[in-house]
Amino acid sequence: MEKRAIFNSRLFPYFFLAPQLLISFAFFFWPALLAIWQSFQKEDAFGLSSEFVWFENYIEIFKDSNYISAIFVTIIFSISVTLICLFFALFLAALANRIKAGKIFYQTLIICPYAVAPAIAGVLWFFLFSPSIGYLSNILHNLGFQWNPSLNGNHALILIILSASWKQISYNFLFYLASLQSIPKSLLEAASIDGASPVRRFIDIVIPLISPTTFFLFIMNMIYTFFDTFGIIYTTTHGGPGYSTTNLVYKVYVDGIVNLNLGSSAAQSVILMIFVSFITILHFRFVEKKVHY
Amino acid sequence: METKRNFSTALSHIILIIGIIVIIFPIYYALVTSSQTLQTILSGKTTLMPGGNFIENYKEIFSTDKNIIQGISIWRLLFNSLIVTLCITLGKTTISIMSAYAIVYFKFPLQKISFALIFLTLMLPIEVRIVPTFQMAANLNFLDTFQGLSVPLIASATATFLFRQFFMSIPDELCEAARIDGAGPLRFFFDTILPLSKTSIAALFVILFIYGWNQYLWPLLITTKQSMGTIIIALTQMIANDGTTPWHLVMGVSLVAMLPPVLVVVLMQKWFVKGLIDSEK
Repeated sequence: MEKRAIFNSRLFPYFFLAPQLLISFAFFFWPALLAIWQSFQKEDAFGLSSEFVWFENYIEIFKDSNYISAIFVTIIFSISVTLICLFFALFLAALANRIKAGKIFYQTLIICPYAVAPAIAGVLWFFLFSPSIGYLSNILHNLGFQWNPSLNGNHALILIILSASWKQISYNFLFYLASLQSIPKSLLEAASIDGASPVRRFIDIVIPLISPTTFFLFIMNMIYTFFDTFGIIYTTTHGGPGYSTTNLVYKVYVDGIVNLNLGSSAAQSVILMIFVSFITILHFRFVEKKVHY
Repeated sequence: METKRNFSTALSHIILIIGIIVIIFPIYYALVTSSQTLQTILSGKTTLMPGGNFIENYKEIFSTDKNIIQGISIWRLLFNSLIVTLCITLGKTTISIMSAYAIVYFKFPLQKISFALIFLTLMLPIEVRIVPTFQMAANLNFLDTFQGLSVPLIASATATFLFRQFFMSIPDELCEAARIDGAGPLRFFFDTILPLSKTSIAALFVILFIYGWNQYLWPLLITTKQSMGTIIIALTQMIANDGTTPWHLVMGVSLVAMLPPVLVVVLMQKWFVKGLIDSEK
């Protein structure tokens, strides 16, 4: 859709677009082009000279067992967090949608973790689960379970999955609640008159109707676990022990900033860019169909 | 039938309350820990009841002589966080309302490509261009400055989309009437568009405040001096690897650092939900 009423001015629109485009060029497009350029370069050990090596960095990445492990960590982490958040958020939203009194009270408390920084969420959960002083690790200990995320890779992975899910549940909850509230009551009443039980109604009517929201949340949760969880990993496990909690973004950081392996870090960035582009296009294809201006 | 309904409502409340207890537990436990002495915490005997050291601990956190990290008081860090957050919030809102206005209310040769470029930034989150963005900022002498902490985070496609969508819903008659009255594009922007956008701006403010305040990766890269760090960077620097972490203070600082965004969300809940649901669609 386009506006019928528009202004005629040749310079004005450029003037109004300039700040955004300027910042985008300086801090988005130029660095992205630089990353692509760097991904084809290899520097010597002292960073004094570099040469053009075509796809050597890319080939090396996929030969690197730590990179392959980071792919697996990313997949396990993302899928676990997404499923946990979708399930519990929908469960809580469905309950909150049923009740009349106190909806705002519950909503207020449930959205709090959303406002907490990922890095702080990491600190809170790190402390709760730290061996010998953490409340939850002591409970596990008393149950005879040797909990130690700094030594056991699986424990570390569970720790970041819990912290990341805790923060994301609020987000999914709000979208599910909005989506549930928009379902026409008459539809559910009709089914009720036909004798459908609440569980049947939920499975046969509600779940299909909210499936667009589920798809949207699935994509948003993937983006969240890929890109917004750096602070959680940095404060809880530092990607360890070993590489057991190093996901793709964390590895870009470690290789680029800590190990100063610029070519490899840049090649990893480019792979991630291709991935985000794919998911963004998928998302907008879908949203364009759903949203009617 | 009626009792059955009452029973299921009560059950819903009970399950919701259990869910909330689980969700709020880490925050509550931070509050409990921040009222204990370090000895109690290290002995692993912390209970779920608050201890007696609440006032002393917070006095220490907020005191200007005892610093939470070497030489830097919490006030300086809170100030840094506030400035950075406000710059990001104001900057993002300003540039995105301007570009959305240009795209919706004008026809010009590079319109399509400008919009495409803005869209493209969605595919380039800071996490995928860490090293070159850092190099760019270093070349501009942006290290350890407020510009460096905020400007690279300011360009935002989602905020532009939000305003674009809102402008599309403004009736054409308003613009036609303004033009008949002889108003130019600037007059129309300031007298009509800005006042009408108040609710969208308020909604966006809440989202951007949380976004700005909670940044971690970028401030970690761009600051080398601790005096330019944000409160969240400082909090994570308080944690030591050698077992000397002052957990009673760390938990207190965690609560202080999460308070501003949590307050903004809780007090402006209506706008927050609207902003979230509008801007993400």
